[in-house]
Formats: sequence, C-alpha cells, structure tokens
Amino acid sequence: MNIHEYQAKQLFAEFGIPVPFGVACQKEEEFVAAIDQIPGELYVVKSQIHAGGRGKGTFTDGYQGGVKVTKTKEDALAAAKAMLGNTLVTKQTGPAGRVVRTIYFNEASSIKHEYYLAVLLDRATSKPVVIASTEGGMNIEEVAEKTPEKIAKVWIDPAIGMRPYQASELAFALGFEGDEAKQFKKLVMNLYKLFDAKDCSLVEVNPMVSTNDGKVIALDAKVSFDDNALFRHPEIEALRDITEEDPKEVEARKYDLNYIALDGSIACLVNGAGLAMSTMDIIKHCGGSPANFLDVGGSATVEQVTAAFRIITQDPNVKGILVNIFGGIMSCLTIAEGIVAAAKTVEIKVPLIVRLEGNQVEEGKKVLAESGLKITPADSLIDGARKAVAEVNAYVAANQ
Amino acid sequence: MSILVNKNTRVVGQGITGKAGSKHALNNIAYGTNYVAAVTPGKGGQKFNDSLPVFNTVREAVEKEGANTSVIFVPPPFAAEGIMEAIDAGIQTIVCITEGIPVRDMALVKEKLRQAPGVRLIGPNCPGIMTPGECNIGIMPGYIAKPGRVGILSRSGTLTYEGMYQLTQRGYGQSTCVGIGGDPIQGLTHLDVVKLFNEDPDTDAILMIGEIGGTAEIEAAEYIKEHVKKPVAAFIAGRTAPPGRRMGHAGAVVGGKGTSAEDKVRALQAAGIAVAETPSHLAEALLSVWNPAA
Repeated sequence: MNIHEYQAKQLFAEFGIPVPFGVACQKEEEFVAAIDQIPGELYVVKSQIHAGGRGKGTFTDGYQGGVKVTKTKEDALAAAKAMLGNTLVTKQTGPAGRVVRTIYFNEASSIKHEYYLAVLLDRATSKPVVIASTEGGMNIEEVAEKTPEKIAKVWIDPAIGMRPYQASELAFALGFEGDEAKQFKKLVMNLYKLFDAKDCSLVEVNPMVSTNDGKVIALDAKVSFDDNALFRHPEIEALRDITEEDPKEVEARKYDLNYIALDGSIACLVNGAGLAMSTMDIIKHCGGSPANFLDVGGSATVEQVTAAFRIITQDPNVKGILVNIFGGIMSCLTIAEGIVAAAKTVEIKVPLIVRLEGNQVEEGKKVLAESGLKITPADSLIDGARKAVAEVNAYVAANQ
Repeated sequence: MSILVNKNTRVVGQGITGKAGSKHALNNIAYGTNYVAAVTPGKGGQKFNDSLPVFNTVREAVEKEGANTSVIFVPPPFAAEGIMEAIDAGIQTIVCITEGIPVRDMALVKEKLRQAPGVRLIGPNCPGIMTPGECNIGIMPGYIAKPGRVGILSRSGTLTYEGMYQLTQRGYGQSTCVGIGGDPIQGLTHLDVVKLFNEDPDTDAILMIGEIGGTAEIEAAEYIKEHVKKPVAAFIAGRTAPPGRRMGHAGAVVGGKGTSAEDKVRALQAAGIAVAETPSHLAEALLSVWNPAA
C-alpha cells in the first residue's frame, strides 16, 4: 500500500525525522490560511498523487509542473488553484494521469547538497538494507548502474535493529562531519525505526538535504507498506486513499480477488498467480493483449466468480474473456457453476472461452454444456489462448 | 529415492484442526502420507480424524510421536510463530503453506534458520511438497502425479500442476515436486532445490518454474551452468507483467536488474537450459533436452 507525501512526512515527524514545515489542503477555501502559516520568503506548492516525477509532469490542461516554488503568496495561491482538481501526467502515471485532490504547501529550504536515502528489503539476503548516496534527486537505479561507488549500503539484522556504528558508517560514506554527521545519524536511525515499526516495504527520502543553515532534513518522503502486515496497523490502513487506485481493483479487493487492470482487450480469469501471469503471457504470445491479471485463488466460491465476471466486464476495452482453470484441489465444477451463476446476473456480450482441467473436470464441462450459454471450450491453455485471440478479432471486426 | 520427503517421513500438522487445514491434511492422509500428530495450542489431548493425537506443542509431537517434518496451515498472523516453534522443537523439514505472512516476520524466521543449519523450510505461500506414491504434504492434487524420475520445482502452485500433468500424460513420472512459494522471503530457494535434485540418484531431469521478481532463478542458472549435468528445462511467468506491480504473489514484482522475465530467460538460455515458450510447452521443453530412454 502507498500513501501520499504529506502523510509520509507526518509519519516522519512522529518518528523524529526532520521535515520542512508543511500544510496539506483538500479544499480551495483552506489555501489562504495554509499559505499564511508557511514561514520564510518562498512557498513550495506540491501536488499530491501516488506517482513520482511530479515536478516534471504536465497537467492535461497544459499547465506545466506539479511542484512549484513561488516568491509570493499570490503566486502560491494561483499555482495551488491551477493544480487542485486538475489531472497530472508524469512518467509514472501513464497517459491517463491522476487527479490532484490534495495540495501540500511547504516551507522552502536553502539547499547545500542533495542526498539519497532509503530502507528496503534486500531479497538476496532476506535482510533490510539501508542505501545512501551522495547523488540525491537522481534516479537511484541509474546511479547504481553507472557509478556504483557512489552508493553505500548497510544490512540490518532484523532481530537486533540498526546499530549506531552502522549509521556512523553511512555518515562517513556521505562525507558528513561534525553536527551534520550527528543529525544524519539520528535521522537514519529513526528512519529505520519507522521502517521496522510500521512494517514498511520501502521508506525513501529523495532527496534528503543539508541546508545552508546547517540542518539535515528529509525534503521528500515516499513510504510503502507490506500489504500482508496491514492487519496489525489499522492506523496505516486508515491512510489509504482509494481514489488513487483503479476502482475495479478496489472492488476486487472486497471479494479477496487478486486483480490488476491492464490495457488490453482479452480479460482473463485464472486460479493461481503463476498461472494467471502465464495466461497473460500466452495471450500476448498468440497475438492478443491481456486486459487484466486476475487470480481467483485456490478456493474460490460461486460468489467470488460472479464478482470476478462483474469486474472484468466493467472494463469497456474487454472484447473477450478467457477462463483458465487448473483445478488442483479446487473443483472445476465450482468454477462452472460460478460461470453459470455469473451469466445470470452479468450480461456477457463478448466471446467467452473456457479451459477447464483437473479436479471434477467432466462434471464442470457438463454443467457448462447444459447451461445454454455460448461458450467456446478449449483443451489446453494454448488452445484457449488461440481461440480467444481469433474470436476477439472476429468480434471486433463484426462490431466495427 | 527422492528429495526431502518419502514414505518414512513422519509428519506433524500445525493448525490442521481448522477448516482448510483439516481438508488438506485428510487428503494427504488419504494419499498415504504418514501423519503422526497434530498440533493446535489448547486442543491437546483431543484426536484428529478419530485417530491422530493432538498436542499443544510441536515439542510434544516430536518427543512422543517422533515427528521429523511439519506442515503449517496456521493463519498469517501466527504462521511465523509456528515456523519458529517447529525449528526449536527439532523438526528437520518445515513446509509452510500459509499465504500472507508479513515480510518482517519472515525476516526474523530467516535469521533463526541461519542459527539452525540443518533445518529446511519449504515455503511459505506454497502448495507443499510431494514424492509421488509415497508422501504428499500440502495442497497438491495427488492424482495428477506419477512416480518417476523428473524433479519439479516451482514458485507457483498451479504451474507446478501444469508441469506434473503434462509429464504424467506423456507417461513420465516425477521423483519429487517442490513448491518453493511466491513470497519475497522464502526457505529453500531455486538454487537449494536444484542442488538437491542434482545430487539425487533417482532424479534424471529437472523442470524449474520461476517468475518475475528477485533474482533466484538467475543464481540457480549460474550453478546449473557450472555443476549440473542432468538435463534442465525451465519456464518463467510474467513476460507481460507491468513493472512495479505485484502480480498476486507478494514476491512477483519487476524492479531492478535481473528481476524481469526477459532477464531471467536470457540467463537461463545462456546456461544451456531449455526454456519453454509458454506454460503449454513445459513437458515439450524438457523432452527437447532429455531422452528418457537413454
């Protein structure tokens, strides 16, 4: 799960990580009062969306830049008004962009140097790793690729936590001295405490900066959480902004379905994550394009299958549906009954191709055959994918 | 012979008195798996399936029934506890089926495993492990398997079944099928299981199924290139997965070098491994490098 920058900075503040003073507003009426609270002579106006590249982004009405630094309150107000409710397109949002629903006003910092700092899981060692670099404000993967010597890492024993000598090691690597080193060590130790205490999957500060008045602060903040641990963090779950998520994905989560919207035309409904991914791949292999990833799980009920059909048929791009079930423990009969039940409540206008294999496959096929539904049966996954691509092409041609 | 489990394996089921766990445990028992005990804290003294003793702790199951392998169906908030308890009780092979364990909990489990070098964890978030005809631990459908000489390992349950089914249909059985699970932190990795299959005299060929996320398949490929003479085929799921999104499995996310399907396929091919173009070609890919008659 992701949260907004302003929420992440509130968490930072809770954990003693210094951030610039800021005020978040969801309504235009609040802007003037918020700007009045910002100290200093410059005003930073930041669009809040769950995507990076905001500063270089463009709004769909042509307004340039999702982050602005202004010299007057009037300009700050004008920038905020231009951003709120507007749709921001960045290199991470895709062409559709995201609607800006929150504006975050920040005090400006007089930057001496920008650094990169992050905590995440290192899968190779199964330990959290703290990554720091003198190359702040950059794409860290590019830095790692081109100048790996500019990246310092320390691995944390999760049972012990981050130790002061490890913070010190990073401080030396970044070239901090004196009071700045002291501030940095405290910041990075607290950053790890936040990562650990809130079950984060990523805490990223890009950039962390040293300022001309001798401070080390987190200028930006990105925090993501381990979805598996949200059950023990209701306070984090409360930060979820469902307007940042695809409504179909929100709906799917209610039914415990693993659904991810894509931009193709062939919807798929599959049991098992690996098989669901492979079904997308094989659609592509056969010349089609997948409209979604959907794993109904290993013990799907008729209700879940019905919900799954409702969700995938909501997508106007969908011109065909490929059901691919390998019933291990799961019964093909349940899936077949689910399809029939779904067809009663959800009108399926597009071609439906069904491949069933495994447990109770004959019973399942019989239910489908006797249902009177127009279903194309398939013998194997590749047979199903080929038929789906052919039928979707024919359907699209016939409906043009 | 086989790897990790066989007809002599003595299984204790942790959390099998619950609804999902009991269904699968009964399937395993019906297959002929040697369950010797169940463990559910607070239910000690009861019987499971009218015959199996239920204990409050794994230690009792080890001491009184000689359990050496455990299967865990405990819900996610408590599953890591279950693994740690099994490690401390002296269980040698731990199979954790549970999906949805917090990463932080698994990081602690992994530290504990480092202090218990002989203990092997399979999973979590996996379908289990099966030596066809002898022992089936977890949720794999026994009827699609057949005793034989192909070792299968996979991060995905249903893709394991595809592989087993395609081989069985063509008449080729499996030595052992290992579901290593789809989480970012797991027990045995692709590399660990490949090493075991390589050393197993009753495994002639290996089918390795992987997916996007992490670089475990590449590490296995490098080992195979240097050390494995047995024919190996592989498949990688997720060529069309968008970067940055978790595809069902918590560990299936493209991010960084070596984690995409293309990177993995390239590394596997460079190691001389036959990579199946689609999941419908798993058996075909293996038979392109393996002559079962030889």
